[in-house]
Amino acid sequence: MELVSNAPSGPIERSWETHKFGLKLVNPANKRKHNIIVVGTGLAGGSAAASLGELGYNVHCFCFQDSPRRAHSIAAQGGINAAKNYHNDGDSVYRLFYDTVKGGDFRAREANVYRLAQVSVNIIDQCVAQGVPFAREYGGLLDNRSFGGAQVSRTFYARGQTGQQLLLGAYQALERQVGLGTVKMYPRTEMLDLIVIDGKARGIVTRSLNDGKLGVHFGDAVVLATGGYGNVFYLSTNAKGCNATAIWRAYKRGALFANPCFTQIHPTCIPVAGDYQSKLTLMSESLRNDGRIWVPKKAGDKRNPASIPEEERDYYLETRYPSFGNLVPRDIASRAAKAVCDAGRGVGETGLGVYLDFSEALKRLGPQKIAERYGNLFEMYERITGENPYEVPMRIFPATHYTMGGLWVDYNLMSTIPGLFVLGEANFSDHGANRLGASALMQGLADGYFIIPYTIGSYLANIKTERYSEDAPAAKEAVANVAAITKKLLDANGKRTVDSYHRELGKILWDYCGMSRNAAGLKKAAGMIAELRQDFWRNVRVLGSNEEFNQSLEKAGRVADFFELGELLCMDALHRNESCGGHFREEYQTDGEALRDDANFCYVAAWGFQGAGRPPSLTKEPLVFNYVKPSQRSYK
Amino acid sequence: MKLTLHVWRQKNAEDRGRMVRYEVPGVNEHMSFLEMLDMLNERLTEKGEDPIAFDHDCREGICGMCGMMINGKAHGGFKGTTVCQLHMRHFKDGDELYLEPWRAAAFPVVKDLAVDRSAFDRIIAAGGFISVPTGSPPDGNAIPVPKEDADLAMDAAACIGCGACVAACPNAAAALFVGAKISHLAHLPQGQPERKRRALAMVRQMNREGFANCSNIGECEAACPKQIKLEVIAQTNERPETVSGGVG
Amino acid sequence: MSAAANLPLAQLRFWETTIGKKAIMAVTGFILFGFVVGHLLGNLQIYLPPEKINHYSEALRSVPVLLWGARITLLVSVCLHIWASFALWMLQRAARPIPYVKKSNVHSTYASRTMMWSGPIILAFVIFHLLHFTFGVVHPGGPFDEHNVYNNVVTGFQFWPASLFYIIAMILLCYHLYHGLWSMFQSLGYSHPVYTPWIQRIAKVVAILIAVGYISIPVSVLAGFIKPV
Repeated sequence: MELVSNAPSGPIERSWETHKFGLKLVNPANKRKHNIIVVGTGLAGGSAAASLGELGYNVHCFCFQDSPRRAHSIAAQGGINAAKNYHNDGDSVYRLFYDTVKGGDFRAREANVYRLAQVSVNIIDQCVAQGVPFAREYGGLLDNRSFGGAQVSRTFYARGQTGQQLLLGAYQALERQVGLGTVKMYPRTEMLDLIVIDGKARGIVTRSLNDGKLGVHFGDAVVLATGGYGNVFYLSTNAKGCNATAIWRAYKRGALFANPCFTQIHPTCIPVAGDYQSKLTLMSESLRNDGRIWVPKKAGDKRNPASIPEEERDYYLETRYPSFGNLVPRDIASRAAKAVCDAGRGVGETGLGVYLDFSEALKRLGPQKIAERYGNLFEMYERITGENPYEVPMRIFPATHYTMGGLWVDYNLMSTIPGLFVLGEANFSDHGANRLGASALMQGLADGYFIIPYTIGSYLANIKTERYSEDAPAAKEAVANVAAITKKLLDANGKRTVDSYHRELGKILWDYCGMSRNAAGLKKAAGMIAELRQDFWRNVRVLGSNEEFNQSLEKAGRVADFFELGELLCMDALHRNESCGGHFREEYQTDGEALRDDANFCYVAAWGFQGAGRPPSLTKEPLVFNYVKPSQRSYK
Repeated sequence: MKLTLHVWRQKNAEDRGRMVRYEVPGVNEHMSFLEMLDMLNERLTEKGEDPIAFDHDCREGICGMCGMMINGKAHGGFKGTTVCQLHMRHFKDGDELYLEPWRAAAFPVVKDLAVDRSAFDRIIAAGGFISVPTGSPPDGNAIPVPKEDADLAMDAAACIGCGACVAACPNAAAALFVGAKISHLAHLPQGQPERKRRALAMVRQMNREGFANCSNIGECEAACPKQIKLEVIAQTNERPETVSGGVG
Repeated sequence: MSAAANLPLAQLRFWETTIGKKAIMAVTGFILFGFVVGHLLGNLQIYLPPEKINHYSEALRSVPVLLWGARITLLVSVCLHIWASFALWMLQRAARPIPYVKKSNVHSTYASRTMMWSGPIILAFVIFHLLHFTFGVVHPGGPFDEHNVYNNVVTGFQFWPASLFYIIAMILLCYHLYHGLWSMFQSLGYSHPVYTPWIQRIAKVVAILIAVGYISIPVSVLAGFIKPV
């Protein structure tokens, strides 16, 4: 198979305009005859469903939560980037494009990233019009801040709840369409299979989480906006319900899965407290603006931090990266924290943590100024840990936060299965091997509001609308497949709980395929996962029946998919013999820093399912950089 | 520490339901309340007993999916805290806790502690939005918004739709939820053209869903994990013809 | 699905909603509050020589249009107040069919939670009070003389069970007024972070003053400060 990106040629500044003009349109009178299925209601799915409903399509929208407003986009704190240049500090579409390609360590498609930077400005306008209460200056204009080490102030925010406010904007637009009857919403409904007829995505099989009823929904196109797969690590900053089942089952129906090994670890999370830990809480990385990161110089030094004298502390980021200090990018800060903990110098009961110390900033700025800047974060930290960061240094540790990999899509956001579109974090995205802060919200909304409404129309205009019945062989086969998986999970009737397997799987991946990876470890992990997966199917205990609200059964199906995805993750990480962005291979480094290999790995690795038990196929989409010339990142 | 829980168990919407007593030894003070329930559920599963169903998702206090009554208090009654962010250090050995679902006719029980809050979605669908099509709205800075108004809008917009206000209200009223949305949008210039219609349509839908009226008791405000103020309800009550963006 | 998303404004009727009923409660409550204040001022003339209150009573009766106008306004207000409260009370009962096994109220006042009890008891009292002093049908303390209001009051209150009922009813009225008075502002859409707490304090003082004023009368009678003439 050859991957055709459909990215337009010609000057990049005009490529999206030119491409849009080349897209076919659907006659307004015909739009309501097209059923479109949208799975997921986060920033990407919610904005897509609302916009498509508004255009007049007949939209069926699904989410596993009890309401579309719960999607995990809601948890994003920091902000959303847009190249508005309101601050006259030299920002431009081109600079945002440049920063994103470089930040992604040159593993993203240039044309996509340029388009993302272009539409970023429309997103802000759209959201303001919807009533998103962005922070304002006294003059009434929009406020910006610089974020994640960016050199310009291009981040728009709504207190520490930017994701929430953007999601509520999309949710309200979606509910408006529900009220108008153009969108039908199916909450507490999980997609469990994709129906492919004559090579085209034509529908999905769902399970109602309330009563287990399986549903068959046909559409002329299927849009997946189901988020990332960070929960494969069990502990992550994702919501507990976040899962990869929709994209994984689409993968098993023929959609290629791109760059699974590009996962992002966020450096400033609250450390794990014990085995019972169910999720990790992220704190905005703005804390690194004033907090100093350190560990004791001596391994195993368990003294109270206040009684460790200055000369026995190691401010390792400041020493190693004198020009960026505590503000080095996420991947570098995370790996450095891991390295000191591996050397036995980690702090806290578990030894998996480093200090983020505000005592110097408190002396310099006073507690009032610190409270103004970080008050809510300090409160959150105290609520969770019971420690007061004004008195003792915070303890932080990296945690899985975002996955850059996902289903492969072309410039039109269509996967390798015609009619299957993938948006937001679920696709392999515009972020390359590493995502910049405040760019996830931007991509989700760009895909949903400003890209899919155009590209899906062109697809629909080119196909014949077909009406299928539930008796169609492909539909019956998909339903039987879902029923068989459920039956197998319920029938195992073993001894171990689903969570205990998930926790063990997560630990394997975190240890061998987390912040740093090596070939021996990845091989070992793949073997361990395969073994654990076999044990899971024999020995898992899922009580109750399919025909009820059964949260164990929901989890079991998702964990079953995480096992398979975890294996693919290791395989991809093993094949990519270079270090780039969030993917760090210990064998490929120079002087402790990541060593990219553009000669051999400047491509998107897209994996194809070849049947259970068979190794997946690897297809490469070469990446060409005409505008931003690849260079080595250096922060020393 | 060791706790005794009395948990509402109800198989489905039709089942009558009852309180069931569970002994939970070995609770660590650093656990969150939901992690304590996770642990209990693991043990129940191992014993072959049906685990307790409860809604939860983000576990960082923002998605609004979790929520239950703990000893008669929504989310446990700690200021500004959802149950997922409540930690066990607030309890002590030997405590006896009663866990019940949100109780309201408009929030039917799905199972055990999980309820159906889709009534809230229908209220938003009736009018909780600004009608703006996706496309080319004016530049974000075309209409300046006084910082004070943006801040007041944000205060109200912080609502997470968890339903604690309804659960805590002796009347099972949804006035704080509805008021929060009306207040959020009424404080912004973009929300002005539709403000009357929005307020009336949402209140009408609220009544149709079977939420009772507000009688200015104030339990909702005390229970709200996002500390939304009772003032937002006054904004709903104001004759919608005169609803202003200012204090009201 | 909610069809209201595209209903024209004209079809969304304010008075049908719960906020409409609350506005009715507030407006009628205000009229009744006005009566309670006026009535107290009239009653306090009991501390003056007997002719004063008797003349006052005669004066009220001498203009039937005003008297009946006021009576009809009050009756209509009472009926609307009760109708709206009853409609809302039915809604409240339906809104939570299954009560909590355990419920603790962390913020609310006793007054706010007992409006539906204090209201009917006050109504029962008002009926008794009318029979007692206005129509004289039930007047166990002695003979009822339509033209001697002063004596009717004094002899009426000398019968201590009547006084007791009166005092209890006035205490309930105090609670009812406290919550009702400040709620009125909230129900009509006025709320403010600084002023609302003051409105609540003023409501409390006014409610207590009114109750003390009313209660002073039977207490004075029973204590022998006011004697029949």
